Amino acid sequence: MSGDRMKKTPGSKEKAAVFVARKRNFTIAFLGVFAVFIISSLATGYDVAGGFAAVPKAVHWMASNFVPDEKAWSRLPNILAKLIETAFLSVAVTVCAAVCAFFFGLPGTRTLKLNPWVGRAVRIIAAFFRNVPDVVWAMLLLFSFGQNILTGFFALFFYTFGILTRTFIETVDEVSADCIEALHAAGAGDLQTVFQGILPSSMPEILSWILYMIETNIRNSTLIGILTATGIGYLFDLYYKRMDYASAGLVVLSVVLLVIAIELLSNQIRKVIL
Amino acid sequence: MSVLEFQKVSKLYNNVTQALTEVSFRVDEGEIVSVIGPSGSGKSTVLRCINRLVDVTQGSILFDGRDITRVGKKEIRQLRKKIGMIFQHYNLVNRLSVIENVLHGRLGHKSALSGAAGYFTEQEKENAFCLLERLGLTEQAYKRCDELSGGQKQRVGIARSLMQEPRLILCDEPIASLDPSSSKVIMDYLSDINKTMKITCIFNLHQVDVAMKYSGRIIGLTSGRIVFDGPPDRLSKAKIHEIYQSNEGELITDVG
Amino acid sequence: MNELVAAERGLALPELQRCMQKSRAGKIKTAAKSKNRLAVRLTVFVLLGLTLCGFATFDYKNIDLLAAIAGTLDNARVLFGQPRLMYTNGAEAWTALLVSFSLGALSTIFGALLGLLGALFCAGNIANPIAAGIIKRFVSLIRAVPTILWVLIFTVAAGLGSVAAVVGLTFHSAGYLTKAYAESIEEMDSGVIEALKASGASFWQIVFQAILPSSISYMVAWTFLRFEINFINAIAVGAAAGAGGIGFELYMAGSHYFDLRELGWITYMVVAAVIALELLATKIKAKVG
Repeated sequence: MSGDRMKKTPGSKEKAAVFVARKRNFTIAFLGVFAVFIISSLATGYDVAGGFAAVPKAVHWMASNFVPDEKAWSRLPNILAKLIETAFLSVAVTVCAAVCAFFFGLPGTRTLKLNPWVGRAVRIIAAFFRNVPDVVWAMLLLFSFGQNILTGFFALFFYTFGILTRTFIETVDEVSADCIEALHAAGAGDLQTVFQGILPSSMPEILSWILYMIETNIRNSTLIGILTATGIGYLFDLYYKRMDYASAGLVVLSVVLLVIAIELLSNQIRKVIL
Repeated sequence: MSVLEFQKVSKLYNNVTQALTEVSFRVDEGEIVSVIGPSGSGKSTVLRCINRLVDVTQGSILFDGRDITRVGKKEIRQLRKKIGMIFQHYNLVNRLSVIENVLHGRLGHKSALSGAAGYFTEQEKENAFCLLERLGLTEQAYKRCDELSGGQKQRVGIARSLMQEPRLILCDEPIASLDPSSSKVIMDYLSDINKTMKITCIFNLHQVDVAMKYSGRIIGLTSGRIVFDGPPDRLSKAKIHEIYQSNEGELITDVG
Repeated sequence: MNELVAAERGLALPELQRCMQKSRAGKIKTAAKSKNRLAVRLTVFVLLGLTLCGFATFDYKNIDLLAAIAGTLDNARVLFGQPRLMYTNGAEAWTALLVSFSLGALSTIFGALLGLLGALFCAGNIANPIAAGIIKRFVSLIRAVPTILWVLIFTVAAGLGSVAAVVGLTFHSAGYLTKAYAESIEEMDSGVIEALKASGASFWQIVFQAILPSSISYMVAWTFLRFEINFINAIAVGAAAGAGGIGFELYMAGSHYFDLRELGWITYMVVAAVIALELLATKIKAKVG
């Protein structure tokens, strides 16, 4: 027995080999990253020194221009109205996408053992929605929906749907696998397994993801808002293009406060439910 | 009378891994049978073929005289209602209460909707409480399952399977995650249930001594083939080493 | 079974009755009374309420929903079904894709370096708690500003171009990776660090001998996840801030030439690139892990 164990611990020669291999891998990885860095810099004409120099310049610029003045504060009610709209939008998008993603993703789970072909199709469709950038959806929707809140809604919806479908599939396979097996063994049907096993066991993780996506969608909706002229993004773009930087600064400040508030609240909720 | 009969059952996973090769045995009503063998010998597959969590590749399994290897989805549910199962990792819904987990044993008997909505009759709830009392868990009824100890969780698992009013209980390594004293409690409960309620039990066990003490019959499985089938007193040391493909002095049972 | 079951309803033993909690209607309760369950329900109800509230208050501007959906479906069919390039050629488009890819790569590299540094000073198990608290707050402040706003801010400060895009994208990446790396480090076995500390190893020795080797696979996974996000974000800021790359081509096709087919072609390019990146990431992760 003890002889066996002795054989398994590597001798000093093997140990040295492990270190050499590690060193070699590290060198390869470093060279690879460095090559990507050089190629990328050339492709974009990125100037490293200029990049570093820009940071203090930008901070200085922000400090002198982004400070809300009296005119900016007078726009506060307008900003708040758009901010609330954006918050509602991101909650509504995330909740709708989450409900769809949960039920759509169920056949994609390995543990529930529905039809394997349907499962494969589900995962491919989810990957499609995840990988088409929300900018494309926004462009596409602009044609028929115009500058409407629903343009933003659907653009965010498709991307959120894709992301959440994948995460929910992974969550269910990870968290609920054991109890799914037990409920199946007890003769429970699929509907019963979903509501009595999967939902109670993975709900906290699902909620945690939903909270995270709400926060992400507030940030993403700023961008979509700029493209589709809706919500808080539009307001920022408007002030920014008018070079009313004081008001634009107030918009940024309000978005930051909203995101931080949601993050803090989410963390509190996670502490209780997880 | 035999409750269960394996007739030359073979199982291939993904068309490559041979888990079982022509396994044949019979289990009579009221028996306690233990399946022993090294990890990966197919013990778990044997159990999961019985309630069709795993589909067999060849051969047939008779339950109550009926071949259940090719039945459809609806009949699988009917079959599973009559077969309880207990797991190594308990497989409870940890965030639900003990009593809710016990009631899950009734899901096979209920309509899809009322089961999904978690609607149970008062009679079912009272029965669940009676089972909890029998297993000494009444104080824990309203606790969440993740607040329980391992032994308590396994007792909830037993209560859940009894809630099905089963003819047969499959025990998949029921004590592999438990300390010796909880293990004894669980094995005593199961053997008591077998005696008083006439429920047939099939165990997967790692502990040869436990298998010899509690079961009336032992099946030794090596690489998916049966190499021993008989009462514990006929299981010699040499035979144990043949099952585990080991040499004298290499097994923990050889110590002391 | 039968002997276990009370013969008739309500005839269960009196002491058993005492263990049962009854609802006001006299039914036996089954749910566990826990803060957790209540919080989950409350969260679900509040989120559903806010969603309904949102739908009720949105300004839909009297849009004809059915017509818009039908129109969008038609457009989607053209976009995905008949892709072709017209206003730009293939070589230009691939170059633009390379630019977006490079913007993503550069911001990921900078973000990873800054994130690693930040993580070492804010991971709960190795860092000074006061410094960790300050860094964590600072980082969450940086993360709260949407990427596009960083890019627009730097566009004014540093001029339109790759610097604005890269620096803007780097801010959020660094914040994100600091948090992710710190969590990877926190997950590692505290006994190892303790043992090294006990043997008199210095901070940097612990970092290079224990922390990096044991959390490198998580870190690589997070970095590639961020790379994918940065690539998509580089496209987005290209469209919304005119920062160049394939995103700008997308914007021109969609909002300038109104050419769905060109939009479709570019979309397929982007999707192919993202999938290729995902496959590459899976391969590298398998090598590291």
